[in-house]
Amino acid sequence: MKLKISFPEERVKSPILSEVILKTGILVSIVSSRVDSKGGEIIIEVIDKSYETIKEEFETRGAAVTFLDTLICRNKEECIECGACISVCPSKVFGYAQDWSLTMDTQKCIRCGLCVDMCPHQALSIEGTECE
Amino acid sequence: MTKTIAEINEKIASGNVCVVTAEEMSDIVDDIGAEKAAEEVDVVTTGTFGAMCSSGVFFNFGHSEIPIKITKMFMNDVEAYSGLAAVDSYLGATQISEKRGMKYGGAHVIEDLICGKEIEIVAHSYGTDCYPKKELTTTIKLEDLNQAIMVNPRNAYQRYDAATNGSKRIIHTYMGELLPDYKNVTYSGAGILSPLSNDPNYRTIGAGTKIFMGGAEGTIVGEGTQCSTASGYATLMTSANLKEMTKEYVNAACFEGYGTSLFLGIGVPIPILDAEMAQATAVRDKDIKVAVKDYSIGKRDRPAVRTADYEELRSGSILLNGKDVTTSCLSSFKKSREVAEELKRRIAAGTFSLGANTTALPPNQSAKPMKETNKAPAVRSIMSKKIITVNETAGIIEAARLMKQNERNHVSVVSLGKLVGIITSWDISKAVADGHTDTVGACMTKNVITCSPDETVDVAAKRLAEFKISAIPVIDGNQNVIGMLTSEHISKLFTRGKYE
Repeated sequence: MKLKISFPEERVKSPILSEVILKTGILVSIVSSRVDSKGGEIIIEVIDKSYETIKEEFETRGAAVTFLDTLICRNKEECIECGACISVCPSKVFGYAQDWSLTMDTQKCIRCGLCVDMCPHQALSIEGTECE
Repeated sequence: MTKTIAEINEKIASGNVCVVTAEEMSDIVDDIGAEKAAEEVDVVTTGTFGAMCSSGVFFNFGHSEIPIKITKMFMNDVEAYSGLAAVDSYLGATQISEKRGMKYGGAHVIEDLICGKEIEIVAHSYGTDCYPKKELTTTIKLEDLNQAIMVNPRNAYQRYDAATNGSKRIIHTYMGELLPDYKNVTYSGAGILSPLSNDPNYRTIGAGTKIFMGGAEGTIVGEGTQCSTASGYATLMTSANLKEMTKEYVNAACFEGYGTSLFLGIGVPIPILDAEMAQATAVRDKDIKVAVKDYSIGKRDRPAVRTADYEELRSGSILLNGKDVTTSCLSSFKKSREVAEELKRRIAAGTFSLGANTTALPPNQSAKPMKETNKAPAVRSIMSKKIITVNETAGIIEAARLMKQNERNHVSVVSLGKLVGIITSWDISKAVADGHTDTVGACMTKNVITCSPDETVDVAAKRLAEFKISAIPVIDGNQNVIGMLTSEHISKLFTRGKYE
């Protein structure tokens, strides 16, 4: 599962991620990271059963943890199923079905945002949490 | 056996017409041959649904109580051309909003009108005795307009070259986002369903041909702008009533870094007059070939990396320089199919009859390049041709020596003969000030911005400004450094007079 760890400005200098990994021994893959002096956000991937432990450890260190069940959203009203998104996606989230409908395997998404910029109809978003 | 359009229209009227889509026709001709297919099939429907930038709408707003001769017109803050009679304007799909910029444009106004939304109108005039009003604001809906006639100068390209990017940086184009180092390919068009590809000799498609356009019944006005029948890249000028269109087939789009465009569904019915037409409509994706062009070259004649047919493009990936590269389509094949199916349904139901091609597209016509009288010179002609490079494993002292000897502030860094970076006198000053005496590789800029020798100086200058750099290595197609262009070269152009 993928989790979003948000660091507030005052905690950004602390090595929270390293502390959590060393303490719990849980293996963490960093999917994406955007941290500067004003705070930041790291998306990590961990095995499902470590969720409760890792959440608690981050939260006691002042970071917020959000479970990302919707990694990428598609607005079906706007999407015309052209497939422009297919070739820019580094993790093969998008594809065509037999009838040339657009298919999505959202769990593969690493939230890089390339498809969001590519979509000519602004049908994709990684910010929103409301998906059909 | 031959048929006339009048005979086919009689069949449509009596409900006895045999109509199939261009996809179905390919199989039919394969099965029973062109002769037999021409006897059985009367009409083949085609369809395409893609970005058609050269689209727009003529409006007539009706006269205000105190009349106005509109000279400037804004619809939801998007300017519509008004150098026409008093209350006529033409709104183009790619015109972008004054305040919102690329996120909203003429295409969005068109879509909003179709959806029944209210549009804010701001009109200006200089005022005349017959048209005294100088300023006008109001809101209108599509139903409030006398006419809203879509007239598109260039639609339904017969086929369109695919795009890729050989540079080191991501580029944003009307062909979408193109990743560096040829990492993706984008293409446009519906291949097997493409209207003009199903009538490559332009026998039935011309001025007067009735078409499906954005859900409405439209007509082909004639040849489109830039129509090149000689090279098989013909285009069509089309027209239909916006009031009869539906959102299903008309969608506003915005290409990041490029601007707005209109996605439009167009379907052309092709009468199967004889075996030759049956054979033409049996065209398949593999028969339609396009060039894959490198869009990182900011020139009209972009180099073709290879040619590819639509079967390869639609398979999901093509081979490019020995690597499998993923493809993306910018037209919706699913929606193209819906257009062809809907047109087929209307013809079968007797609600859509065929128009006659009264004036054929001009044969053997090609598109000329622009005549330019004040052209910027090519990079090649003003760059320094003396190639000064340093190996990335060399020490910075060696780089500094090269700079001093040659009176340069920039030196290209190479590894095995290929460009891998650039080192500047500033990079060396920083390293020395910090007490490092590293290798060139450790101090250089790795993501080096480059240009090609055939690009024009203005294009290269724009890149210097965009990346806030003062020099740009000039490389050939194999990443070999062949020169360096600096801001000094560019400023010299102006001190020695106009582009010489």
